[in-house]
Amino acid sequence: MNLTLKIWRQKNNKEKGKMVTYKVQDISDDMSFLEMMDVLNEELLKKGEEPVAFDHDCREGICGMCSMYINGHPHGPERTTTCQLHMRSFKDGDTITIEPWRAKGFPVVKDLVVDRSAFDRIIQAGGFVSVNTGVSVDANEIPIAKDVASEAMDAATCIGCGACVAACKNASAMLFVSAKISHLGLLPQGKTEKNRRVQRMIAQMDAEEFGACTNTGACAAECPKSISLVNIARMNREYFAAKVASEA
Amino acid sequence: MKLNAKSPEGVLAEKWDKHKFNIKLVNPANKRKYDIIVVGTGLAGASAAASLAELGYNVKSFCFQDSPRRAHSIAAQGGINAAKNYQNDGDSVFRLFYDTIKGGDYRSREANVYRLSQVSVNIIDQCVAQGVPFAREYGGLLDNRSFGGAQVSRTFYAKGQTGQQLLLGAYQALSRQVANGKVKLYPRTEMLELVIKEGKARGIVVRNLITGEIESHSAHAVLLCSGGYGNVFYLSTNAMGSNATASWRAHRKGAFFANPCFTQIHPTCIPVSGSYQSKLTLMSESLRNDGRVWVPKKIEDAEAIRQGKKTPEDIKEEERDYYLERRYPSFGNLVPRDVASRNAKYVCDEGRGVGKTGLAVYLDFRDAILREGRKVVESQLIEYNGSVKEYEKAKGKPYDELIYVEGKKIIEAKYGNLFDMYQRITDDNPYETPMMIYPAVHYTMGGLWVDYNLMTSVEGLYALGEANFSDHGANRLGASALMQGLADGYFVIPYTIGDYLAKIGHADKLDTADEAFKEAETEVKARIEKLLAIKGEKSVDDFHRELGKIMWEYCGMSRNAEGLKYAKGKIQELRKEFWSNVKVTGENDELNQTLEKALRVADFMELGELMIDDALDREESCGGHFREEFQTEEGEALRNDEDYAYVSAWAYKGENQPHELHKEQLTFENVKLTQRSYK
Repeated sequence: MNLTLKIWRQKNNKEKGKMVTYKVQDISDDMSFLEMMDVLNEELLKKGEEPVAFDHDCREGICGMCSMYINGHPHGPERTTTCQLHMRSFKDGDTITIEPWRAKGFPVVKDLVVDRSAFDRIIQAGGFVSVNTGVSVDANEIPIAKDVASEAMDAATCIGCGACVAACKNASAMLFVSAKISHLGLLPQGKTEKNRRVQRMIAQMDAEEFGACTNTGACAAECPKSISLVNIARMNREYFAAKVASEA
Repeated sequence: MKLNAKSPEGVLAEKWDKHKFNIKLVNPANKRKYDIIVVGTGLAGASAAASLAELGYNVKSFCFQDSPRRAHSIAAQGGINAAKNYQNDGDSVFRLFYDTIKGGDYRSREANVYRLSQVSVNIIDQCVAQGVPFAREYGGLLDNRSFGGAQVSRTFYAKGQTGQQLLLGAYQALSRQVANGKVKLYPRTEMLELVIKEGKARGIVVRNLITGEIESHSAHAVLLCSGGYGNVFYLSTNAMGSNATASWRAHRKGAFFANPCFTQIHPTCIPVSGSYQSKLTLMSESLRNDGRVWVPKKIEDAEAIRQGKKTPEDIKEEERDYYLERRYPSFGNLVPRDVASRNAKYVCDEGRGVGKTGLAVYLDFRDAILREGRKVVESQLIEYNGSVKEYEKAKGKPYDELIYVEGKKIIEAKYGNLFDMYQRITDDNPYETPMMIYPAVHYTMGGLWVDYNLMTSVEGLYALGEANFSDHGANRLGASALMQGLADGYFVIPYTIGDYLAKIGHADKLDTADEAFKEAETEVKARIEKLLAIKGEKSVDDFHRELGKIMWEYCGMSRNAEGLKYAKGKIQELRKEFWSNVKVTGENDELNQTLEKALRVADFMELGELMIDDALDREESCGGHFREEFQTEEGEALRNDEDYAYVSAWAYKGENQPHELHKEQLTFENVKLTQRSYK
């Protein structure tokens, strides 16, 4: 198939960017979206133009590095990561618009590459269990009900790609933050420090200038890993409980 | 130079404990006076950085990705082995040790492998304490599954995302130390040179991938946890960015490279579909627990399938060749990876391969779905007094369909995410038609030579995880890479590094203003300028693809002397052409992904040549290294323990100079070397 691509080009975080139109030909259905981008980049390179910079690494939907905003949706029309999106989701003659994640918390680095280090700082604020290497308790001494473990696992599936922020009109990071709060808060290992965790992570989230949550649910609808809105409810509950406890 | 592996003396089971007692310790108050550089943030790197910081050392942690959480360990699907014997099926530390030594075809070091098996149990405890959500049984205890090359269930897992969960555990531990001020992170930063002075590793030179700045970092010790070199083959299951530059640069500065020809070809990957293909996707080996591997018995049937005239469903049971079950009745579909891969190649070479290209075999879940479905349906039938009619009436579906529906649910719960991924990539539904799979490059057992302390042949330079060569011999068993990465990072290096640091003392550190750093910076800048100045015709990917083709064809699943010699010449030509005709656009002082790739591919080409030298030297077949000249009458790998029971450790002797081979003789005191048999 032949396609028209409208791609955001921006030299660096200081200069202004703009949409640039490109054409690609003979794209196969079986190609992944990023392989189509590879084809474009090879062509640009051979013409002596600068290839489009974009983040990607594992190309199997798990590292969370790829991050394209395609036709108004983070990761495009299918509910998956950009790297797992295939060209069979498009048809001959389509025009595809490709932008970087757009959020104050994710400044553009170049073209489609953004800086998501805010997410790392939120985890550093409390997204862990405070245990040093070398604990001696046998793993089976902490029995965890199967459904609890699997609920924690569902939350822990988050790949930290930032699609939730990109999808949200407020650029809120609540889904990402609440997924970690849920994962650790549901498990007995993480319960001990849950009050501290939720308060610190939310404080950091605010400091990174992510927006507020207005419960529109766009984040969960676009999340490639189907992280549920229930996590946000759980985080809110934990947050209020922690606030009450700290003021008591 | 005689290589000293520093394996402790004494009884196998006591070596590690004794060694831990005998090595030097750094006083707790002095630890804060030492700086340690850790390159890479995968399982080995993140666990090492976190554990060392917890002990009080100052750690600098580097990765080329935008966050440490994205290192390629994250993509490991199946699981992590540990000798917990929770299943009461006869597992033990010694059995895991034995399976690993045997699985590696007797080309690994006994003491290292035993230690790995010992600490495997601590890893599970550690990860659970961190909140890793491993799969559980209804009683709340940990669940296990089976993996290739073992007859016990010792693999712990978190759905098909075990690597992700283990890595997030280590990443969170690392993040905690960042918050504590003990780790400084350097994401989007790539190591391009190692700095050595007076024989000791003193630091590294890196490139900031956003600004292009070349910076020096000094430390008392440098840990390379930068993964394997599977991307030499261009197409592999590695991430696009996975590269060998950190290891190769260290090698050029004096670290020996061990067993480079030992590469693992994973049997269950999604086959190549076109020339634009950028990477290959693995389907977890755990699928071989339930999937049955087959091709048509007759070449005509395979041909008809390839031309689209027949479907797999058209091939009757008696016309199917379940070749692994036929050739290896006791291990069946769960033979080790090298055996499964080679057999897939054989049947495809015979013309019995399927798929458009003929380079694929089936992995079929029909029987597993029916088996599991029957179990569920039979147990439900009791509620209807065993009456099929009543049961059908109550459920509103025919009996056979109910079996399928219930069976599908069970298989979905086990492998749902893998099946979805398969369908997304191939547009085929594996619940209804068999998956197609073909082997692909997956892991490299070779790597920097290390001693028992994980120190390379350069003092103060360590290699952990896939970056070293030490534990998997000539073939790695499934679910053992995660185990080794975490063993090295959590439970080995925190002890062994103290021995070196205590000996040198904290005053023994080089300032980055030293000429050794300045020289290394100059070298790096010159290399970059050279690449940017070529302004040739061919893209970096063109070269990488060609390199990959040569390596896969002549140094892949099977090798022979003639082909290897031919390939060596081809690579030398390619290298020459690269340095005169590669096209790298843009500048150094910006985010320049083409330049990043060019630097990596330049190193891959040199490493590819060394892999060929090593494959030529090793005139035997063992594990993943299959020399066609050396096979048994049945086509199995024929080892030569008399002459080749050694680790080949190659020393770099300068640009375009032949490498020098050093041999570390392997001695086996606790296992008997036998012809590996999975029959």
